[in-house]
Amino acid sequence: MGILKTFVLGGVHPEENKLSAGVAIQELAVPEQVAVPFGQNLGAPSKPVVKRGEKVKAGQLIAEASSFISANVHSPVSGTIFKIDNVVDASGYRRPCFIIKVEGNDWDEGIDLTEKLITKEDYTPQEIIEKVKKAGIVGMGGATFPTHVKLMVPPGKTAEYLIINGVECEPYLTSDHRLMLEKGDEILVGIRLLMIALGVEKAMIGIENNKPDALKHLTTLAEKYKGISVHALKVKYPQGGEKQLIKALLNREVPSGKLPVEVGCVVQNVGTVFAVYEAVQKNKPLIDRVVTVTGKGVKAPSNFKVRIGTPVKDLIEAAGGLPESTGKILNGGPMMGKALLNPDVPIVKGSSGILILENKMASRPTENPCIRCSKCTNVCPMGLEPYLLSRLARTSHFAEAEKEKVMDCIECGSCQYTCPADIPLLDYLRLGKAKVGEIIRKRN
Amino acid sequence: MNKMLTVSGSPHIHGDESTKKIMLGVVYAMIPAMLVSIYFFGLNAVRVLLLSALACLLFEWAIQKYILKGPLTIKDGSALVTGVLLAFNVPSNLPSWMVIIGALVAIGIAKMSFGGLGKNVFNPALVARVFLLISFPVAMTTWPIPKVLPANLADTITGATPLGYIKEGLRAGHTIPQMMPHLPTYMQELMGQMGGSMGEVSAIAIILGGAFLLWKKIITWEIPVSILVTVFLFSGLLWFINPMRYADPFFQLLTGGLMLGAFFMATDMVTSPMTRNGKLIFGFGIGLLTILIRVWGAYPEGVSFAILLMNAVVPLINRGFKPRRFGKKPGVVTVSK
Amino acid sequence: MNHILIIAVSTLGGLGLISAIILYFIAKKFKVIEDPNIDLVEEALPSANCGGCGFPGCRAFAEATTKSARDEKTLEGLFCPVGGNEVMKEVGGILGLEVEEQDPMIAVIRCNGSFANTPAKVKFDGISSCSFANNLFSGEGGCMFGCLGQGDCVDVCDFDAIYMNPETGLPVVKDNCTACGACVDACPRNIIELRKRGIKDRRIFVSCVNTEKGAPAKKNCDVACIGCTKCEKVCKFDAITIKDFLAYIDFNKCTLCRKCIDECPTNSIWEVNFKPRKPKAKKPDENKSEEKEKKLADINSGKADEN
Repeated sequence: MGILKTFVLGGVHPEENKLSAGVAIQELAVPEQVAVPFGQNLGAPSKPVVKRGEKVKAGQLIAEASSFISANVHSPVSGTIFKIDNVVDASGYRRPCFIIKVEGNDWDEGIDLTEKLITKEDYTPQEIIEKVKKAGIVGMGGATFPTHVKLMVPPGKTAEYLIINGVECEPYLTSDHRLMLEKGDEILVGIRLLMIALGVEKAMIGIENNKPDALKHLTTLAEKYKGISVHALKVKYPQGGEKQLIKALLNREVPSGKLPVEVGCVVQNVGTVFAVYEAVQKNKPLIDRVVTVTGKGVKAPSNFKVRIGTPVKDLIEAAGGLPESTGKILNGGPMMGKALLNPDVPIVKGSSGILILENKMASRPTENPCIRCSKCTNVCPMGLEPYLLSRLARTSHFAEAEKEKVMDCIECGSCQYTCPADIPLLDYLRLGKAKVGEIIRKRN
Repeated sequence: MNKMLTVSGSPHIHGDESTKKIMLGVVYAMIPAMLVSIYFFGLNAVRVLLLSALACLLFEWAIQKYILKGPLTIKDGSALVTGVLLAFNVPSNLPSWMVIIGALVAIGIAKMSFGGLGKNVFNPALVARVFLLISFPVAMTTWPIPKVLPANLADTITGATPLGYIKEGLRAGHTIPQMMPHLPTYMQELMGQMGGSMGEVSAIAIILGGAFLLWKKIITWEIPVSILVTVFLFSGLLWFINPMRYADPFFQLLTGGLMLGAFFMATDMVTSPMTRNGKLIFGFGIGLLTILIRVWGAYPEGVSFAILLMNAVVPLINRGFKPRRFGKKPGVVTVSK
Repeated sequence: MNHILIIAVSTLGGLGLISAIILYFIAKKFKVIEDPNIDLVEEALPSANCGGCGFPGCRAFAEATTKSARDEKTLEGLFCPVGGNEVMKEVGGILGLEVEEQDPMIAVIRCNGSFANTPAKVKFDGISSCSFANNLFSGEGGCMFGCLGQGDCVDVCDFDAIYMNPETGLPVVKDNCTACGACVDACPRNIIELRKRGIKDRRIFVSCVNTEKGAPAKKNCDVACIGCTKCEKVCKFDAITIKDFLAYIDFNKCTLCRKCIDECPTNSIWEVNFKPRKPKAKKPDENKSEEKEKKLADINSGKADEN
C-alpha cells in the first residue's frame, strides 16, 4: 500500500483493545419499552407531533425538526405512547422523552424491510437531501450534526471531495469496522448517493491500518463504483477527527473556526452513510444503529444492532451482564466518551459504543505539580499549549485563553492521556471553553 | 448493581507516563557517569555522591514537613536527581560541609522557595554550584588528580582542568599549539582522563546516558544538538581565524562541563522552553554564551553561567515561540469542476 | 580626593536638579483637569474595587457619581453595597445631594440539597469547578437544579463572606456579606439571590430552585419545593407566587409571619435568625418532621455569631 498517510501535528497511541472486532453484528431483541428523547442531535430539540396514548407504528414520525439545525425523530418500535416524561439521558440531565410500550411489529407505509441491495442512482440532489431530512439522519460518529444541513453547501463555497470516516480511532469501538465488513456494498451505494447530493465526483474513504480486512473488502468492492477510492491511514489517535482526517488524506488544513467545506470537503461517518442508504433506497428512517458493548471485564464483547431508545442495561445483559467490578459505564470510547449516571439511560442516535471500565481504571490518580515537560504540547493535534490554557482557565484569565485559541480545542483528550503528572488538563480546557463561549456569546 | 458509578470528564484512560518514571529514567542515565567518577576519583566520589543525594532528600523532606507543612513529595525522585547532578558538578575532594551547604542552596533556595517542583526558574543544581564557586572559590577549583594518570600529564598538571590550563597559559603569553602537547589527547578527554568535576570528565559516559534519555523520550534532540552545534561552529570560526589564540572545536566540545550541561543540565524540563523552536534558540544561546565566557570571560568555564542566564530568558522564549497552530496555513482549494 | 568628590556631587546634583525642573514643567503642561470632587468621593469609598456597584472599580464609581451629580443633579440608581447607607450619605454630603436610604441586602443560598437531604447516587471525580460540573452532569444527588458544592461562589468572594460547610456540602453566607453580587454571577445554576437582610436581620425564603414537578423533585431531594401551593394559599400578604412548580417569596411584601413555614409539607421554606419556637402539641407525624429539623439545623442559618 505504500507509505501510510497520517496527520502531522501531535497524536497519541493508546492501546487498541478492539475486543469485539471479530464479532459479527447481532440484532438485539426489541425491549418491552423504549425511551426516545426529543433531542438527539446538535441544535434545538425536536417538537413532538404525537400525544400520550396514541398508537404509533415503527418508523412513524413522532417529533419534527424545530429549526434549521434540528432533525426529525421517528418511533423505533410499534406500540402505544405510554407517556411523555423526563428521563435521565446520556447528557446526565433529565430530558423529555417519548416512553413507548412495544406492541406488535407494525411498520409505517412504504418502508422496505428486505435485505436486497438497491443500487438505483437516478435521483436529483434535492430528492436525496429531502429523503435524508425526512429520515431524521444525524452524524452517527457521535457528533450528531443533522446530515441534511451538512449536505447543503453554503453559497459561495464549493464541495470538491466527500470524505468518508471509517477510521474508528477510539480504542475498544468496533461498530464501524463491522459495518464496513458486513454492509460494504450498501455503504458504497450510500456514498454514491451522497456524492450526487453534494455534486462531487470524488469520494475518499479513510480507514486505519488496524482493520486490514475492512480495507481489503472495501477496496475490492469500490472498483465497481465510480469515483470512490479507499485509503489506509496510520494508526494514531485522533485520526478520526474530521480536521485530522482531511489533513491526512488531502494535506489540507481547515482554518481555525471554520468548517471543512472551507477547504472543499464534507466528512461523513460510515454509520451515517449506511443510514442514508437505508433512508433513500428503502425509505427507512433512522430508528436503529450498531452499538459496540465492550470492556475488559465484559464476558462477551459484542456488536449489537439495536433500536433507538433501548435502555443500555439491555445491551449489557446481552453481553454477559454487568461485571461486579464495574466503576464507570461510558457512552462512547475511553478517550472522548461520556460517563453515564446509571444503566437505564436509553441508546440514542449518537451512541456508538458502551464501554464498561473496572473500578481500578475508573478513579483518577492524584494530581502532581506540572513539571513543564511539554509532552502535552507535543501531542496536541491542533497545535495548542494545554499546560498554558489549563493554567489560564484555572486562574480565570479567560480573555487570554481566547487569544491562545482555546476554542480550537477538539477535546480529544490526548493531552490529559499523556500528562506524566496526572493533571486534569481537559477538565480545565473544557472550563475555559465554556467561559470563553459565554464571553463570545455576550459580545455578539 | 448496588455500587455507585463514577462520573468524570473524558479521557477515561491514561498512558503510562509518570513523573516518577521520568525522574528514575534520569537517574539510570546518570549511572555510567557515576561509575566513571568512582573509577577515576575513588572513595571520595562515593562520599560526595551519597552525601549530596541524601542531603537533598533530607532537606526537601524537612522543608515540606516543618516549614511548608504541605504534602511530602520526596518519593517522586526529583530531589534525588538534583542531588546526583549537584555531585557531578563539584570536585570530588570538596569538603563534606560544603556539599551539604550546596544541597541546602539547591533544594531550599533554588527549588522550594520558588514553590517546589515545577515552579523554579533556575536549574537548582547549577544555582548551588555557582553559589559554591563564588563562596568557596579555592575549594571549588582545586581539582583532584585522577587516579589513572596518563604519562604526558604527570609533570604539568597538578590538578587543573584543561580549560583552566589554557586560560592561565594564554594570560601568560603562551599559544595554543604550544600548550596542546601538555594536555590530554582527545581520546583521553573522551574517556575521562582529565581533571574536572566528578560528572563532567568523561564525555563518553555522558553521551551514553544522553542516548538512553533520548531513547526513552525523556529528552528531545533539540537542546543538546543546538548547544553542541553552536559551540562547534562558533569555536570553529574563532579557531579558523586565529589558531594561535583559540582552541579547536573538538577540544571545546570534549572539555569542561559542556557535555554534562548539554545532556543533563540544560535539558531539565522545568527550566527549559516548551516548544521545538524555543528549545533551539535556548540551545543556541547557551552555546554562544559558553564560548564567549570561555574565551573572553574571567572564568575558564562558562557552561553553568550560560545555562543560568538562558534559564532567565525562558519565560520570554515561551511567549515568543509558540507551536505551529493547526489551520494557520489553509490548503489551496480548487474550485474548478 | 576632594576634587573627585566635588565633581561627583555636583554632577549628580545637577542632573537631579535638571530632571526635577523638566518633570515639574511637564507635570504642569500635561496635567489632567478633573473635577476635584472625584478624588473626594473616592476617598470616602471603601476601596474594595469589587464591582458590586456595577462599575469597574471605586474610581469609576466616583467618576460616575460626580458626573451624575453635576449633569443630572441626582444620585438615583447609584449605590455602593459594600459601603452601604453610611458611605452613600457621605458621598451625598460631598456632592451636595440627598441620598435615599436603601435596605441592606445579603446573599442567600436557595438550596438545601445537603448530603443528608440529597444522597449521592454517583461519585464525581473531576476539578472543583461548578461551571465544569454543571456542563458534565446534573449532580451527585441527581437534582438538576441543586447546588453542586464545588465552590465557585467561595472562590469568587472578595470579602471572605462565604465558605463551604464540609458536613453538608453547601455554601454558608456569613454576616459580613456586602451583597456585591459576585457569587450570584458565579453560580452556574442561579441558586444565590440577593435579598433584603430584613428587620433584626431576619429573613424568610424558599430554599429551592427546582422547577420540576413534585414527584421527580422529591425523588432526589427530601426538602425540595414541590409546588403544592399550600404556602401561596395561606399567605395573607400576597407575598408568595408559584411558577413552574416552584414557590417564590417576594421580600418586599413578606412580613415574616412564618405561617407559610408551618404549612410547607417538605420543609422547603427556610427562616433565618428567628428565635426557636415553643414545640407544638405532638401530632402523629410530628416525630418525622423533628428528625428532619435536626438534619437541617446546620444549613444556611447565617447566624450572626458566625464570623
